[in-house]
Amino acid sequence: MTTLAPPAVRVQEPTTAKGGRSGSVVWMAIPALLMFIAFGVIPLLGVLGLSFTTWDGIGDIHPSGLDSWTATLKDPELPHAIWVTFEIMALSWLVQTPISILIGVFLAAFKKYRGFLAVLYFIPLLLSSAAISITYKALLDPNFGLGAGFGVEWLKQDWLGDSKLAVGVLIFVVSWQYIPFHSLIYQGAVRQIPTSMYEASMIDGAGRLRQFFSITLPQIKYTIITSSTLMVVGSLTFFDLIYVLTGGGPGNATRALALQMYQKGFMANLMGPASCIAVILVLAGVLLAQLLRRLGGRGDESQMEGV
Amino acid sequence: MATVTVSGSGNAQRRRGAGYKLSKLNIFGGVFGWLWLFIVMIPIYWIVITSFKTQANYFITNTFAPPSDPTMDNYKTVLDNEIVRYFLNSVVVTLGAVVPAVLISFMAAYAIIRGIGNRFLRLTNSLFLLGLAIPLQAVIIPVYLIIIRLKLYDTLLAIVLPSIAFAIPLSVLVLSNFIRDVPRELFESMRMDGATEWGTLWRLAFPLTRPALVTVTIYNALGIWNGFLLPLVLTQSADQRTIPLALVNFQGQFGVNTPAIAASITLTTLPIIILYAIGRRQLLSGLTAGFGK
Repeated sequence: MTTLAPPAVRVQEPTTAKGGRSGSVVWMAIPALLMFIAFGVIPLLGVLGLSFTTWDGIGDIHPSGLDSWTATLKDPELPHAIWVTFEIMALSWLVQTPISILIGVFLAAFKKYRGFLAVLYFIPLLLSSAAISITYKALLDPNFGLGAGFGVEWLKQDWLGDSKLAVGVLIFVVSWQYIPFHSLIYQGAVRQIPTSMYEASMIDGAGRLRQFFSITLPQIKYTIITSSTLMVVGSLTFFDLIYVLTGGGPGNATRALALQMYQKGFMANLMGPASCIAVILVLAGVLLAQLLRRLGGRGDESQMEGV
Repeated sequence: MATVTVSGSGNAQRRRGAGYKLSKLNIFGGVFGWLWLFIVMIPIYWIVITSFKTQANYFITNTFAPPSDPTMDNYKTVLDNEIVRYFLNSVVVTLGAVVPAVLISFMAAYAIIRGIGNRFLRLTNSLFLLGLAIPLQAVIIPVYLIIIRLKLYDTLLAIVLPSIAFAIPLSVLVLSNFIRDVPRELFESMRMDGATEWGTLWRLAFPLTRPALVTVTIYNALGIWNGFLLPLVLTQSADQRTIPLALVNFQGQFGVNTPAIAASITLTTLPIIILYAIGRRQLLSGLTAGFGK
């Protein structure tokens, strides 16, 4: 590819009669490039480098070969953190996707309500995860929260004190925060399906359920991939929410990878092992994104377009 | 397939008919749509009403009952606790990061589109696309190291610099997609008039890209205003606290004074709601456009 590039440039410049055109704009990309290299690319390489060192976060950094990796991989907390991360990822995807699609299809059909609902739907995205977590913490209080408010006995549980319930609460709060956003994405996708397809299928006598499964779903396939990628890769980095809502607890029931990394690095002052976990996070993200891209069978550029 | 295209040739009446059928198909969706709206609104309603309750009132009245004796005391409590300072910190960090981030991203996007064929710019673009996949959480440790070495630890600038860097990839992507849509003839005529690229950037591309610029600005501002990890890791003293960190601290400080916590959340979210009301149309269309392809 690179050998083809120079002739292409040479051909382009004379035809557009703009000799040196690209040369005169190149510098405009420099500030952004430098900033991104300094605080994006170098840290990415740095985290890999730091994973082969021992550092307490304050003193000197000592190279220590594979020590941090051995310690990390032997740590029984790692498989648990990976499991919790996977659990949150899978469950939040399973809950969010069907509901988002249903709401998206509904919003696409009802033009009348769309504007109104879209305005209110977006509010959870305006709030910080910290604010949301604090709010839910108060609302889930068995004595003064939701349960007492609605007078429903079932809601009066020790939501954040029980391992299973705490994971459920996280899934719910994540859904609360992000379902509206994904519904809006699906809404946009459904609106682009040609009406003629539904008309044709009606002539063929297809029922409504049939239409949903053989027209709507296949037509929004790429959107499902995009939305799922955002959900799955995004779930790897849930940090604020877990940090404030459960602190990883009860015990370590909700201590996912990102929180595990933070606690290892900034609380136990083990920056080496923390860097190893960070590397695992990056690899998992890239791997999952690639996997989902394969499923979609299309290049990532077109899918990310206009994010 | 041919018959499909013939029958669907833009008949408005038919279109509505199919839309209606589509909607009837979706009773489940409708139920969920409204039910979910209810679920979305409960906590928001609760925050607002609770912020006007007295502490005593909060414990004796129903969670969802409006305050019987509305009070502004909670807001006074919050204002007495340096919230103005935290608020200004957040404003400084957000403006200080978003304005430069959007401007340099815009310049880079312009260069990438105008300099198509340049190998250096193509590499730069690939690097930014790659950057979309780098989560901030995963590189926080080296970022922390860089900030200490720059002797910027516990300053607002420490939050600003990485925030700028992590706003760049998505901003460049969205902005370059917009600049690509500017008709080539417009650039040509600017050049004929003797405008430099720098002049064309500001006088032609900037006004034409305004909707995307607004979208990108609001999107980034939201992310940085609500950012938690960078302030948590890169600052320490109360003087440098931003809003999300302050909220978590209030939670510890006010303890069982839930109405005061609710007031702090209401007070700090209000500016964002106002900003959202102003830029809503552009934000929504900007965020959802393109996803559906």
